[in-house]
Amino acid sequence: MTNSEKYHNAFVTALEVTPAQAPDLVYGKSNAWDSVGHMTLIAALEDAFDIMMEMDDIIDLSSFEKGKEILRKYDVEI
Amino acid sequence: MIDHTALLALPPYGLAAEQKQAFLTSELAALCTHHAQHCAPYAAMLAATGTQPNALTAVAQVPPLPVRLFKEYALSSVPPEALHKTMTSSGTTGQQVSRIFLDVETATLQSKVLAKTMESILGGARLPMIILDTAAVIKNRSMFSARGAGILGFSMFGRDKFYAMDEAMQLDIDGLKTFLAKHEGEPIFLFGFTYMVWQHFVQALLRQGVTLSIPQGTLLHGGGWKKLAAEAVSHDVFRDTLQKVCGVPRILDYYGMVEQTGTIYVECEHGHLHTPVWADVLIRRAKDFSLAAVGETGLIEVVSVLPRSYPGHALLTEDEGRLLGEDDCPCGRKGKYFEVLGRVQRAEVRGCSDTYEQHR
Repeated sequence: MTNSEKYHNAFVTALEVTPAQAPDLVYGKSNAWDSVGHMTLIAALEDAFDIMMEMDDIIDLSSFEKGKEILRKYDVEI
Repeated sequence: MIDHTALLALPPYGLAAEQKQAFLTSELAALCTHHAQHCAPYAAMLAATGTQPNALTAVAQVPPLPVRLFKEYALSSVPPEALHKTMTSSGTTGQQVSRIFLDVETATLQSKVLAKTMESILGGARLPMIILDTAAVIKNRSMFSARGAGILGFSMFGRDKFYAMDEAMQLDIDGLKTFLAKHEGEPIFLFGFTYMVWQHFVQALLRQGVTLSIPQGTLLHGGGWKKLAAEAVSHDVFRDTLQKVCGVPRILDYYGMVEQTGTIYVECEHGHLHTPVWADVLIRRAKDFSLAAVGETGLIEVVSVLPRSYPGHALLTEDEGRLLGEDDCPCGRKGKYFEVLGRVQRAEVRGCSDTYEQHR
């Protein structure tokens, strides 16, 4: 699986959305991505890329696009 | 109002009285103006008390709103379309709950300030975490209230999270032992609500005659002592028994409420609750709301510079407490330190641990 596929999958599985919905997601703007979904998503991303994110990054990860930028800090290119 | 970066750069327990009061007074004045402009009922209350935000020269001059008002009125300073989530308090069945309106800015600020406060206690790394509660409390949205929000908010500081109880609140001792074996030699973060920790962790271990060893653990617990006081369990008994059954060396109580999420007052190694730089505590005499002296019991007023989407920056609680001192705790933290004595008589029961009702 490519990084892009892993990343996309993490959103689909953790937030229980369809693959088509994932790229438009913004934290707090849908029922799928609420605070419960957020912690599930973080755990899914950490598992998928074997990383441990810092608290500030967990808080700042607020959209599908923003997440890609944050993961770059952990040497994960999406 | 100060921008987020500058706000978050402040040392959590680093400002001495004079500097801290100047910072808080100017922020609170800005917040009074902001909320008066965006929340009509708040503007009316400020006017009724004759408060001019620009003329404020001390934190104590900001009129505190009784927390109860958030149950009776929908107090919001953002338009409905900007709402991100509405938090509700943990009132027991039949009681009205508070509604706290959050936009993305205030919710983010709350998380970040909580993160800064916790970082100063746990260190920067996220630790393996044991949650002394059931995962059902966050999975089941109908149970999701202040208790679930508290667990979620703090779970940000953990990794490899383990919920120690099943849906029936039965302790999973085997699961705990496996988790502890996996993380042997590592610092561990434990979190739970005071009454749940006592009832479903300590009591379960005692009943089954099991002792655990968590020599590098830090247990953070909060949510009220009322139920334990009713069972005559003092702070010392709580702490001693916990240490006996699981050997956790560091046990820290915290005080906080859903009306000011993100602002928590954590106990230091000397057992004192400390006010971080973003917040303050004032003790007021119940008879005339004048300021009580150090050591004198009164009503607790909590002040926080975080609430921007609702006018909750100065609140009069229904808790009684005592100021113990300012800037001179032997632990070295600056700011006021205090103790909470309990709920005032005839106030309603609330609090994450005190509203917990056991279903048999």
